[in-house]
Amino acid sequence: MLQFVVRRLLLSIPVLILVTLLVFILIHVVPGNPGRAILGPEASPEAVAAFNRAHGLDRPLHVQYLTWLAGVLRGDLGRSLVDGTPVATLIAQRLPATVELAVGAMLVATLVALPAGIVAATRRGTAADHVGTVLALAGLSVPQFWLGMLLILFFAVRMKWLPASGYVPLTVDPVQNLKTMILPIVVTGLRESAVLMRMMRSSLLEVLRLDYVRTARAKGLGRWGVVVRHAARNALVPVLTVSGLQLAGLLGGLVITEQIFVIPGFGRLIVDSIFTRDLITLKGAVLVAAALVVAVNLVVDILYAWLDPRIKVTGGSRA
Amino acid sequence: MSLEPEPVAVPDLEPGGAGDGAALPGGPQGVPGWRRLGRRFVRHRLAAAGAAVVLVLLVVALLAPVLAPYDPVEPDYAAILQPPSPAHPLGTDELGRDILSRLIYGARVSILAGLISVGLALAIGLPVGLVAGYFRGFWDEGVIMRLTDALMAFPSLVLALAIAAVLGPSFGNAMVAIGISLAPTFIRLVRGQVLAVRELEYVEAGRAAGAGHLWQIGRHILPNILSPVLVQATLSLAAAVISEASLSYLGLGIQPPYPSWGYDLRTAQGYLDLAPWMAYWPGLAIFVTVLAFNLLGDGLRDLLDPRLRN
Repeated sequence: MLQFVVRRLLLSIPVLILVTLLVFILIHVVPGNPGRAILGPEASPEAVAAFNRAHGLDRPLHVQYLTWLAGVLRGDLGRSLVDGTPVATLIAQRLPATVELAVGAMLVATLVALPAGIVAATRRGTAADHVGTVLALAGLSVPQFWLGMLLILFFAVRMKWLPASGYVPLTVDPVQNLKTMILPIVVTGLRESAVLMRMMRSSLLEVLRLDYVRTARAKGLGRWGVVVRHAARNALVPVLTVSGLQLAGLLGGLVITEQIFVIPGFGRLIVDSIFTRDLITLKGAVLVAAALVVAVNLVVDILYAWLDPRIKVTGGSRA
Repeated sequence: MSLEPEPVAVPDLEPGGAGDGAALPGGPQGVPGWRRLGRRFVRHRLAAAGAAVVLVLLVVALLAPVLAPYDPVEPDYAAILQPPSPAHPLGTDELGRDILSRLIYGARVSILAGLISVGLALAIGLPVGLVAGYFRGFWDEGVIMRLTDALMAFPSLVLALAIAAVLGPSFGNAMVAIGISLAPTFIRLVRGQVLAVRELEYVEAGRAAGAGHLWQIGRHILPNILSPVLVQATLSLAAAVISEASLSYLGLGIQPPYPSWGYDLRTAQGYLDLAPWMAYWPGLAIFVTVLAFNLLGDGLRDLLDPRLRN
């Protein structure tokens, strides 16, 4: 197991280095002149040159990359071009709201998807299965910003039960926090539950066809006994992988939900940095979003190998 | 639209669509029983429903100037924020523009966005995946796949956002951004398929007979990997439509005043209490379009994957 963990850990390093390279290329090389991209077309050539000099942007690209990489390794992602705050501090301030939203959404997704997936798989071909399958597909297709707006319209504008937007940290006022977070959590959770439900259904259907399940049935175990005690546990292994990947995607990608509900999270930091042309913050935030995905992937792979020993034997990894 | 019947999409070995067991791309020529496939497709009610909606959307997009009752861009200050009425069946927006007309023209943007960005993703993913899987070696394992891994580490919307932000807000740049963010999936898929197919006997026979690389790739490999690529492309259309709407919602897609469902929803959010009808229709249009592509993609997967048919 230790050998697997070490190998998997080592495999992540080149990916992370490539991620830093891609982020750097994207932000520094694509716009041509970074000073011009940041200051805008109306800035004078002198101002652009001075800006580039002040931020080391006139140095050779490989020097700029290595300097930035050295900073990243020390936890220094540079300073915001808007107010000079360290980018790492900005990210640390914004992450708690996003983590709360992502974890809450995955909790909702799991609570909805696992029972729904089990019912759909065990009652395959029935009306319940069809309804569940179509609802899952609808859940995958509904744009989150629209669902969010409809919920705001009903619960905030019409019924006035919940605030339309805003955010109160959990540590300041848990009740108000719940009121502001429940709609975004539900909107995100429902979408993720659609993915998870489809995965649970197909995974359980695969397991239910296996010999050991037939043996358990032949022993006289009831249908639900077989499902709960034998099949569901094994079916959960791939579901766990998917939910890990979903969580990783959410941590870095809750841009839209945070935008609709005006939650000062990590996704909004990315959007804000785009509109303030703060490319240094954008670079740091995008890097952290990708690094979070790599890190969660790593944890999921290790968990997967722990739960399913065949992975270690074959040395398989899902990269 | 009937949304009742066969379950879709999940690899759970559905009883074959029509049970006729037609051979699909399998032989070296990759000639599927297209007619039988067509029959099974029509009988797969969810896929057929998806295809019908896509067809309607295409017609609406093409005939927008004929179908739209009003100019979608020109403000009409005498008709600001009007609720649905016989003159404006879906109401008007904050500039008095007819929502139905904007919805009809918006279909052009969404359909075009899907086609262009998925086309771009295919234009990158297909050749790169083919070459990587066919030739293998250092460039495949050491460079292309590692780059793909790194690209896939970015949440796709974040990657698209960053590219669109750097390139500047416009429809074309949004298409490039979405296309690039979708490309790694195609590279991986195509490469995986090529790796499986290149070891098959008829490909080896081609090699033994002295077939050149281009001939092998074009004649023996490509036709036999197209089914999963087609399914992925259809599902990616759904993802691209939602991504375009998301970028437009954030102000990084097509720029006003041209109608875009995503941007119109962004505007509608400011008028939720005064004019809720502004929020209903663009969102519903995105939902129906994405659902149609998803139904079509899921249905194609059921029909084209032999494991799901038997």
